[in-house]
Amino acid sequence: MYLPKLEQFHKYKEMDEGVLGIFETPEAIIHAAEKANEKDYKGFDCILPYPVHGIDEAMGTPRSGLPWVTFFAGIFGCTIGILFQYLTHAYDWPLNISGKSLNAWFAYVPIIFELTVFSAGIYTVATLCFLSGIPKATRRILHPDLTSHRFGLWIPKSAKGYNESEVVSFVKGLGGSEVTVVKPENQK
Amino acid sequence: MSLTQAVRDKLDIPDLVTGGKSLKDVTVDIAKPNEDFPTKLWWNTFLLVLTITLIDVAIIGYLFYEGLYLLGINNPVGWGFFVVNFVFWIGIGHAGTLISAVLFLFRQGWRTGINRAAEAMTIFAVLVAASNLILHVGRPWLGFWLFPYPNERGPLWVNFRSPLIWDTFAVSTYLSISMVFWYLGLIPDLATLRDRATETWRKNLYNVLAFGWVGSARAWSHLEIVSMILAALSTPLVLSVHTIVSFDFAVSILPGWHTTIFPPYFVAGAIFSGFAMVVTLMVIAREVFNLKNYITMKHLDNMNKIMMVTGLIVGLAYGTEFFIAWYSGNEYEVFAFWNRAFGPYGWAYFIMISCNVLSPQVFWFRKLRYNIPVMFVASLVVNVGMWFERFVIMMTLNRDFLPSSWAMYTPTLFDYAMLIGTFGIFFTLFLLWCRIMPVIAIAEVKTVMPQKEGAHH
Repeated sequence: MYLPKLEQFHKYKEMDEGVLGIFETPEAIIHAAEKANEKDYKGFDCILPYPVHGIDEAMGTPRSGLPWVTFFAGIFGCTIGILFQYLTHAYDWPLNISGKSLNAWFAYVPIIFELTVFSAGIYTVATLCFLSGIPKATRRILHPDLTSHRFGLWIPKSAKGYNESEVVSFVKGLGGSEVTVVKPENQK
Repeated sequence: MSLTQAVRDKLDIPDLVTGGKSLKDVTVDIAKPNEDFPTKLWWNTFLLVLTITLIDVAIIGYLFYEGLYLLGINNPVGWGFFVVNFVFWIGIGHAGTLISAVLFLFRQGWRTGINRAAEAMTIFAVLVAASNLILHVGRPWLGFWLFPYPNERGPLWVNFRSPLIWDTFAVSTYLSISMVFWYLGLIPDLATLRDRATETWRKNLYNVLAFGWVGSARAWSHLEIVSMILAALSTPLVLSVHTIVSFDFAVSILPGWHTTIFPPYFVAGAIFSGFAMVVTLMVIAREVFNLKNYITMKHLDNMNKIMMVTGLIVGLAYGTEFFIAWYSGNEYEVFAFWNRAFGPYGWAYFIMISCNVLSPQVFWFRKLRYNIPVMFVASLVVNVGMWFERFVIMMTLNRDFLPSSWAMYTPTLFDYAMLIGTFGIFFTLFLLWCRIMPVIAIAEVKTVMPQKEGAHH
């Protein structure tokens, strides 16, 4: 049986201290991500202007586990929809409308459906926001081009076996056009 | 040249982004309308629609101070223009979700050029529709009674078996899911604008709007999945919303309304009118914002084809209604349809037929599908026709079972003001949005750029 795993709910980690390498093409960033993954720099990340296909495999990031949230939130919304309408109409405020059964559940279907979709959608998005660390307006921007046309490889200080000069030469070796060491004190 | 590009060239598949643009060019081109000072054309149009909106707001205020007797509604025709407008606008909204959700699920790359504007269109159209729904009850300040909430009036709950309550739930769910879907897609693009901003106030504005998005691959991975989930949730939602709107009519026992064809007929009509509105807006946007490389003739061609197909479906529905009325042998049903075509509102019926069934037939010809003036006029004509379709359905009320209770419906100036006002509100919101946010999904367009395809695998 397929069960949710914790790694599927990978969280965004703040980019405070580490090394940033900038690459010019999607091919280059995929290659860089593969190499960084091979080196086993735990918690490294790529910064992309658009979703580059194949980056997840290259980074070794498992597929997002958010569909699980959708599934359970949908069941929750569906249950609320059924119970709420049943309890209000059959118990709390029974009204005889044209002699129909108090629990005329066919008529409940539209609202059950809407509540299922609403709950599934909203909870999934809320979880996405939580995992991606948004909203947060005070976040540090590493380089303005990274949301436009260039690609970044981020290796944080917390990564296993982090050695500043070694990491810098590693990223340069991958063909990074700009390599910067980011420190919390020179934060803009 | 990548292999995929070679195959595309061989098969003569047109590029979705033309002009040999680089990634940077895409950002610069699409962000331009947001970064430049508004043009004179924008200001003039904006002031015009804003005036219409403000007049509309004043009229709405007066209408509720005086009472709904100012409108043309009477005893058999109790709903009038408000519900015609409601159904019309909610229908307009559907194409947005269709483009962003259904075409997303079918992996149609061409949607990326138009989905953002279509989604914005959805939001504003649904807002306008919802306002009509609230206004038509006559005492809008009591609109909150439509929601089930714990109250102090004893064990009092809304009637969940009423289509009006279904509407409330359907429209509010549709609005919230569409808004979330739209905004989620906007976040990366707003981050692009934030990083390009040079003035402090602009940077601060987009910093707040972009929610602190940096483009981390981990966040993208979640975002991609959530987009897919929301697309999968929105698709049945599109169908359900207009199905439920059609239930407003279909669960009644009125001849001409009490039919099982209503849900699919309404959904097809909604997609039809929605696509017409997208074509209208896109033809204007690509001219005004100089986006011809992103909204190509291929995009417009595809939309025209969809318009033609849905037009045929709507035409089939009109025919089926007549056939079933005759085939049922029910004299009231037969009369309702005879009355629609040849009764006092027969003129509206024939406007509807000629606009909705005949006019889209021009799109059988490739030359006309690629002709901007033709498609612009056709899209406007279709919208007029679809408004009349809802008007015709409403006018079924004027002659029901008992001839003694027949009455004509004559809209007053207030009705017309409400109708024009809906367009004022819609275009005011749309123009404001065009100024602040990118009209095209910057990040999504980049994923379908021809020269980037080789990188995908």
